[in-house]
Amino acid sequence: MSVAGINVLVEETRALAAEKAGVRKTLLSVRGVSTYYGSVAALRGVDLDVTEGEIVTLIGANGAGKSTLMMTIFGAPQAREGTITYDGREITRLPTHEIARLAIAQSPEGRRVFPRMSVHENLQMGAALHNGQYFAQDLERVCALFPRLKERLTQRAGTMSGGEQQMLAIARALMSRPRLLLLDEPSLGLAPLVVKGIFDAVRDLNRRDGMTIFLVEQNAYHALKLAHRGYVLVNGRITMSGTGRALLADPAIKAAYLEGGHGAPVEA
Amino acid sequence: MAAATRGAVGLPGILKDAAFYALGTFALCVPVVAFRTDAGPTGGLELTPRWGLVLALCAAIFLARLAQRLILMRRDARRALTPARSQATEAVGATPNAGQRVSMLALWLFIGIALTLPVVAALASGSLGEGRYWIDLGILILTYVMLGWGLNIVVGLAGLLDLGYVAFYAVGAYSYALLSTTFGLSFWVCLPLAGLFAALWGMLLGFPVLRLRGDYLAIVTLAFGEIIRLVLINWVDVTGGGAGISSIPRATFFGIPFTAGEDGFAARFGLTFDSMHRVVFLYYLILALALITNVVTLRLRRLPIGRAWEALREDEIACRSLGINTTTTKLTAFALGAAFGGFAGSFFAVRQGFISPESFNFLESAIILAIVVLGGMGSQVGVAIAAVAMVGGPEMLRNLGFLKAVFGQGFDPNEYRLLLFGLAMVAMMVWRPRGLISERTPSVALGERRAISGAHVSEGHG
Repeated sequence: MSVAGINVLVEETRALAAEKAGVRKTLLSVRGVSTYYGSVAALRGVDLDVTEGEIVTLIGANGAGKSTLMMTIFGAPQAREGTITYDGREITRLPTHEIARLAIAQSPEGRRVFPRMSVHENLQMGAALHNGQYFAQDLERVCALFPRLKERLTQRAGTMSGGEQQMLAIARALMSRPRLLLLDEPSLGLAPLVVKGIFDAVRDLNRRDGMTIFLVEQNAYHALKLAHRGYVLVNGRITMSGTGRALLADPAIKAAYLEGGHGAPVEA
Repeated sequence: MAAATRGAVGLPGILKDAAFYALGTFALCVPVVAFRTDAGPTGGLELTPRWGLVLALCAAIFLARLAQRLILMRRDARRALTPARSQATEAVGATPNAGQRVSMLALWLFIGIALTLPVVAALASGSLGEGRYWIDLGILILTYVMLGWGLNIVVGLAGLLDLGYVAFYAVGAYSYALLSTTFGLSFWVCLPLAGLFAALWGMLLGFPVLRLRGDYLAIVTLAFGEIIRLVLINWVDVTGGGAGISSIPRATFFGIPFTAGEDGFAARFGLTFDSMHRVVFLYYLILALALITNVVTLRLRRLPIGRAWEALREDEIACRSLGINTTTTKLTAFALGAAFGGFAGSFFAVRQGFISPESFNFLESAIILAIVVLGGMGSQVGVAIAAVAMVGGPEMLRNLGFLKAVFGQGFDPNEYRLLLFGLAMVAMMVWRPRGLISERTPSVALGERRAISGAHVSEGHG
């Protein structure tokens, strides 16, 4: 068994032990959520849970509704049916900016950094919720996580490479000191080496800081390897769920998402 | 053809290229220039050949093309020798670049000229009365500078394209006119009220357009401007309709009127009466108002609300997901921009003493927007320069009487105003598509102040 496999096993045992001890509680719970664009259903009754301290990934093909689920959790668009509960509070009908104030942060699809602002200003915008109260120490923290950003603090965000912009998007989300971090396709359009760097940083965040992370990815192989648990979304419905390892080993997943070249390394 | 000619290097190639252009000119000239057609005495067509003119034109084109290619060749050679100075991912250096130096210089020059204009005008033309033209022109330009700065909050900072800004200017002007003629309130009471009313109308416009952006927002704001104008024309009972409102009370020096009598301004301060005192006072009033607009904008840019405006301009969705309430952010931008428009409007009313809906047509909105866009969206100095060019420039045309000697007595330079306007716009779009001053100074300086060049970000994203 590979080192990574052992690591995953260790994580799973830890998570199980913690759950048995009743320490961890469900942070985000999505129940029967349906979202429509006009009359077209994008999500049809999705159920999903994210427990405190774990990395949960949602994988699926293009157009399966992954980003829609992410956006629905954030209130734009709002779910037509079902409920979304965060930390014991229903957030289904809250506007986006109020959801953000409950310590949920999002690194949106396509990164969406503020292109004309400097990296420093982007990070300040991330800290806007706390009026810059913890800015200095949080800046240290994200710069330690992504040393590349430290070199580029005065640079205009729009002039950076895609990987750097993705780092900035995650760092900006972290500046608001979230308990739950939503990442929408952080590997989109990035070179494999850069993807690895970003996924390593996500793993660090979870292991070291105990950050709860909900990761939406098309890159199924990397995402499932990283995550404690995973869900598979097909045409707006969850068709499968389980531990990351179990899903990785599942023949159906292998056929649909891994052997089609979705980031699976050649030797796998 | 560009590719073909670019390949031709060296003198023979360039000569051939220029000859080719001359040939093209000749081909075009044959049907158009070569023969002058006149009606002959019998009604038939008389052709007068003009081969000399054709040859002259061809020669001119040949030489022009030759010169162009030679200049380009030298530039290319220079470029090939020096390595590219800045790469796309390189932070812009800490030493101020040419653009920043120009804008700093322009800033001080502007402040100096603006503060001393009445004195300079009086000294240069002999007396205050003689210098009136210049002071009036200064007032006009400063009004547009203020309007430009006000609109800059909405368009430049918050990125909300507003084509109906003149509506708030009108609301401010009518607020002062109506309050003073109906209730006899003084200018100093009406000024804040006018700003308040305009801000209120700004919010009223803001609510329905909260979900709109870009083109759609522009159309609705354009309609809003027209609605206000049409209401002013048709609500005759209140606004006086197309005839407008006249005999609006003049400005007073904080309660002391500018009259020749005992308790007039001149008598109180021991000066001999001069009707120009009022004009000079108005000049400094609009200068103060404009500077207040500027200072407020510059301060706000460093506060959370100003940051939120800029973030909103950059990316609305990212803005929301960071916990920024985009509704209040947009409304404050509309309200504040409108308030400054309202201040400027009430100043306009007190200066003119007469207002009518004619003064608030779409062309005004277009000019103010053009000032903001030409100046470089978000740049305060750029907006001021653009206002001088856009408002002062056409005014200068009136003084080009000597051109009559060249083009004949019937020539009126002022008639070419819009043509020059268009030419200037085209030239700007070609050479400086992001406005005169396209640099954006970060609102936080880390160590040394650095500018973030506008050149590196693709169009539409900056």
